[in-house]
Parts: sequence; structure tokens; C-alpha cells
Amino acid sequence: MNPAPRALIAEDEPLLAEGLRAELAAVWPALQVVASVGDGLSALAQTLALRPEVCFFDIRMPGCSGLEAAQALAEDWPEATPLPLLVFVTAYDDHALQAFEAQAVDYLVKPLDRQRLAACVARLQARLAARSAEQAPAGPGLAVADEGTLEQTLMQLRGLLAAAAGARAAPPRLAVIQAQVGALVHLVPVEEVLYFEAADKYVRVVTAEREHLIRASLRELLPQLDPAAFWQVHRGTVVQARAIRSARREESGKVTLTLKGRAETLTASRLYASLFKGM
Amino acid sequence: MTVMSSTPPAKAARESLLASPTSALAATWRSLRLGALRQVLLVGGISLGIAVLLTALTGRGLLNNVLYSCLIGLLCTLIVGLVRLGVAWIDDRLRARQSAPVTEAQAVGWRGALAGALLAMLIGPSMGMWLGDQVTGLRSPSLLDWGSASARFTVVVSVLATVVCVVVIVAFERLAEVRTQAEAARRLAADNQLRLLQSQLEPHMLFNTLANLRVLVGLDPQRAQDMLDHLIAFLRSTLTASRSSNHPLATEFERLADYLALMAIRMGPRLRCQLDLPSDLRDLPVPPLLLQPLVENAIKHGLEPHVQGGEIVVAARREGRQLVLTVRDTGVGLASMPPAIPPALPGTGFGLAQVRERLSTLHGSAATLSLEPDPGGLGGTLVTLRLPLPLPPPVLRSAIEESAP
Repeated sequence: MNPAPRALIAEDEPLLAEGLRAELAAVWPALQVVASVGDGLSALAQTLALRPEVCFFDIRMPGCSGLEAAQALAEDWPEATPLPLLVFVTAYDDHALQAFEAQAVDYLVKPLDRQRLAACVARLQARLAARSAEQAPAGPGLAVADEGTLEQTLMQLRGLLAAAAGARAAPPRLAVIQAQVGALVHLVPVEEVLYFEAADKYVRVVTAEREHLIRASLRELLPQLDPAAFWQVHRGTVVQARAIRSARREESGKVTLTLKGRAETLTASRLYASLFKGM
Repeated sequence: MTVMSSTPPAKAARESLLASPTSALAATWRSLRLGALRQVLLVGGISLGIAVLLTALTGRGLLNNVLYSCLIGLLCTLIVGLVRLGVAWIDDRLRARQSAPVTEAQAVGWRGALAGALLAMLIGPSMGMWLGDQVTGLRSPSLLDWGSASARFTVVVSVLATVVCVVVIVAFERLAEVRTQAEAARRLAADNQLRLLQSQLEPHMLFNTLANLRVLVGLDPQRAQDMLDHLIAFLRSTLTASRSSNHPLATEFERLADYLALMAIRMGPRLRCQLDLPSDLRDLPVPPLLLQPLVENAIKHGLEPHVQGGEIVVAARREGRQLVLTVRDTGVGLASMPPAIPPALPGTGFGLAQVRERLSTLHGSAATLSLEPDPGGLGGTLVTLRLPLPLPPPVLRSAIEESAP
């Protein structure tokens, strides 16, 4: 028998976090809730630090949304261990629910319903049991099976992220970026940008000649870029497709990109690795 | 400080709904098409009447009279219609050069109808007689032969009939036009009211509140009951807001207190709030739920996305002859909109637009709404409403009631 499964709850409303914990205690007494956090960034940090088997992520949270936390988790998770099983929790959002249904992702609707929670718990228990069964006879089959479930999770996440991006109304396309340095404003045509990289509260705008810092977030910037020309390859990196010289797939599932006109390489996370396939 | 003065979206939507059609040609074609059956019946009826009258007066064959009369009537109708389309087309050309909007007269086409009627009177009867002759093989006397009694009669009757037809038809079209506009205004008013309700009773807010209640019932029944009372008061005020035209400022603050109490239970220590209403301002009448959307915005866009949460302060004060209402939050603030790229669309903007529209309906330019980064220096946002004091009591009607017929 495996050690007791551990869970993390990410929910910004304290009573709801308390309620979920209490309901879980009733329907899954063996589950040990190791952390309860109130924002997306803590959810990511604590999940990486504590490596629970199951995560309950609220969708709307301060810091970053449950979806964004899941995206970051899939990118930063060490390859050796399987990803936690993710359950999204949402109050009401037609659009998100449709995406969850389409991607066959586990989700719970607030207010919680005891029966639905029990059904969800049963599914989680079955999947955890299947996981430990695969791990028990340490053999050549292990890697393949695990690879399968990981790829499946990544596919679900990709689908969810695409649905979330599609739900927003598309703002007009950005033509020129205005990067201010002191009293001077540099005008950078978007097509000259080789890649954008998130850096804390700023975005690095890198062209062949130089780079600029702008006060923005990739999340705000991304919908204003042409998705055919600019590819997101990592939660913190958006690269212009025609600036990519080559892509090499690494053992870890990540992809290393070399650029035209820049010496440095970029990394595409395994979430976006499927962008790079030979034709 | 940015004082919002652009056309609010709701107003723009109403204008587009009520606006005249984009081209006079399209409008004229539409009314001709819709009125075609009525026109044919009207013209046919009048033609038959004329034929019967002619037969009675002259004793000539009824069948021939019916034929000639109908031919003249239909030709005149055709000519009027064609000329109206032509005039509308010319109007469109001219307007394209000046980029002026379609005026009502152009859309309904009085000028085209008048020109058409003149032309129809001039050539309609002769053409009709000629066509009739082709069918019957007879030779009618020329209408230019003023000596002939029947020619005189035909011309006079045709002119009278044409004038009557044109007046009746255009009047009908005018009526239909007015009806369509009234219908559009009604639809828009209903639509606005629905959107106001939807923004107040946002499902995400409702279900999250219910989820909290469900937990609280088990943990702390007394607090659950208090929360339920706040929810009931909030729902009642929201559902009745559209029915009353104003209420005392103290009542407005009580409703805010209900809403904030709900949010405080949900957000826990992340939300601190303070309501500041001097006692001498308590009885001033204000439109119901005027501040509500601003407080909701402060929470939704200011405090909820802020990991640490923060404080929200709603205050009223008197400044000269103005009532100044402020909603201040210490949330993420407007600065999160980066200067480097145009701001992404934060929400639908319905809340602010709605408040601004209600203010301008009530007070015109005497009331202002401004949105600025909180000058306190802690980040966050400050919204300031300025209303003239004292409020003119009889016309405190919301924008929605205003646009309803």
C-alpha cells in the first residue's frame, strides 16, 4: 500500500477552502491536505515544493488564474515524477465548463455537491491506483505508460488554454511598440521583434540589433499579436516564427530553438513542443 | 486625471439602433417593397371607381373604361416609384460627397414622391391611353386636345387620383417608419434594463455567495443567517432599483453595506471597507444603485486580482454647491495598464458607462465622473462623482426610463 495520497487546495475565498477541505475529509478520509493557499502564484510554488498527488485549483484567483498556474506547473514539473492530478474548481462560467467537458478534465462546480465530489474522488482514486500499479513492477513498460498520461494531460491543458484565449474578445493588432527610456521613446515595429520575454513586471522586447524593456505583461500583449506570426513557446516566451532557425528536441521533451540574428537560444516547454514537428 | 467624456457604449448602441437607414435608396426600396400590395389595391380601387364614374357619366363601355383607368393608375404608380428611387439614389450620391447623415425626409422620400407625382401627371395619362389603344385597337382622342370633354375629364381625374394616391401612400410609409423607431426604442430600453440586471446579478457572484453560505450553514449558523439577510436585502434592492426613481443617500449606503458585507465574508481578511456618510447628507435623493457599479468595479478590478487584497472607502461630502461621492480602493490600480501598448479591454465597461449615462440624463454637463489613480500613493483607484446640489426633484428619472416610450 502506498503512503496516504496528499492534496493541495488553491482557493482565494477562505470559507470555500475550508468547506472543500471538510467535504474531502468526509468522502476521502485517507487524503491528507498538505497545503491550502489563496492565490495562483502560491499554488504553483507550493505544488512544486510539496509535490502533492492531487491539486484542486480555483479558476479565478488573484496573482494568476488556476489555468495559468496549471500551465506553469506543467512546464516546471520535474520529469521524473508524474504530474499531480488536477481538478479545477469554478463558481459559474459557461465557457470554461464547455472547455472542461471538451477536454475531459476533472472539475467541480461551486457550490459543491456531495455526490459530484464523491464521483470525482472515485475517479481520482482509480487513476492513482492505476499509477501505482504501473510503478509497482519496475519494468520497461513504465516509461511508456507514464509518457502517455503526461502527454494526455498536456493535450488537455493545451486545449483549455486555447479555449480560454479564444473566449476573450480580440483587441486590435499591435503595429508598433513604444518603449520608453527616460525621456526618449523608441518606436519598434512589431515585425522587427524576434521575441518577447516576460521579466517580472516587464516584457523584454528583443530585436536583431537591441532589446527594450516595456511595462506590460505577456498576457496583455499576446492577444494583440498575430498568432500565425508570433508563437508562444513557453509561458514566458513569445517568438516570431520566421526568426527561428532550428528546433532541437531534448531528452526532457523540451525543445531548444536557435534564432536568426541572435546568438542565444530559447527553450520551448513541453507544453508547446508539439509546435515543432518535421513536415 | 482623465475625465471621461467620450460617447458611452450604451448610448452609441442606442443611436445605432434608432438611426435612420444608412442609405436613402435602401430605405426607399424597403418602404416601396413593403407597401407594394397596399399600393396596388389602392390604385386598383381608385381606378375601378373612376371607370364606374366614367361609365355612368358617358354611357360608354365599362370594360374599356376599367382597362384604360387601371393602365393609367398602374403606370402612374410605376413612375412615382421609379422617380422616388432615382431621387433617393441622387441623394445618396450627394451625401457621399458631403458625408452628411440621412435625414428623415430623405428616408421617407417626400421630395421624390412629389417629383414622381408631377411626372406621373404629365406623362402617365397619355401613356396609359396609348397602351390601352394598343390593346383594344381603338383610337382615343389625344389628351392634348383640350377641346375634347373626355380628354379634359381624363386629365383632371388622373391628376386628382395621383395626388390622392401619393399622399395616402407616403403617409402610410411615414407611419410605418415611426412605428419601427418606437419599436427599436422599446427594444433598446428593455435590453438596457436586462443588461443592468445581469451586471448586478452576475452568476459568478451569486454562485460564489451561495457556495459560501452553504459552508457557513454547517460551520456557523448565526453568521449564515446574517449573510442570508444581507443577500436578501441586496437582491431586493437590485430587483426593485429599476422601479423607483430615487432614494435617500443613506439607503444607497445601506445597500452598499449589504453588498460589502457579502464580499467581506467571501474575501475574508483580504477585504477591509469603510463607509463614510455625514449625517447632514443622509436625506439627499440619489438614483438607486448609482454607486453600486463603482463599488463592484473597485472589488472586481481592484481588490480581487490583488493578492494582498486591500481597502475600499466610499465617502460623501459637500463641496460648495456640489455633492461629491468618492469610491477609493487600494487594489491593483490603473497603473497595471501598461503605457507601452494600448490597454486590453477590461470587462465590458458597462458599469462605468451606465453610471455616466444616468448622470448625464439627470444633470447634463453639471455632473461629472472621473477615474484616476489614487493620489494617496498606495496604488489603487479613485472614482469621483460630482452632482449639483440641491438635486432637482421632479426629473430624477434613470436613463432607462427616459428612453422608454
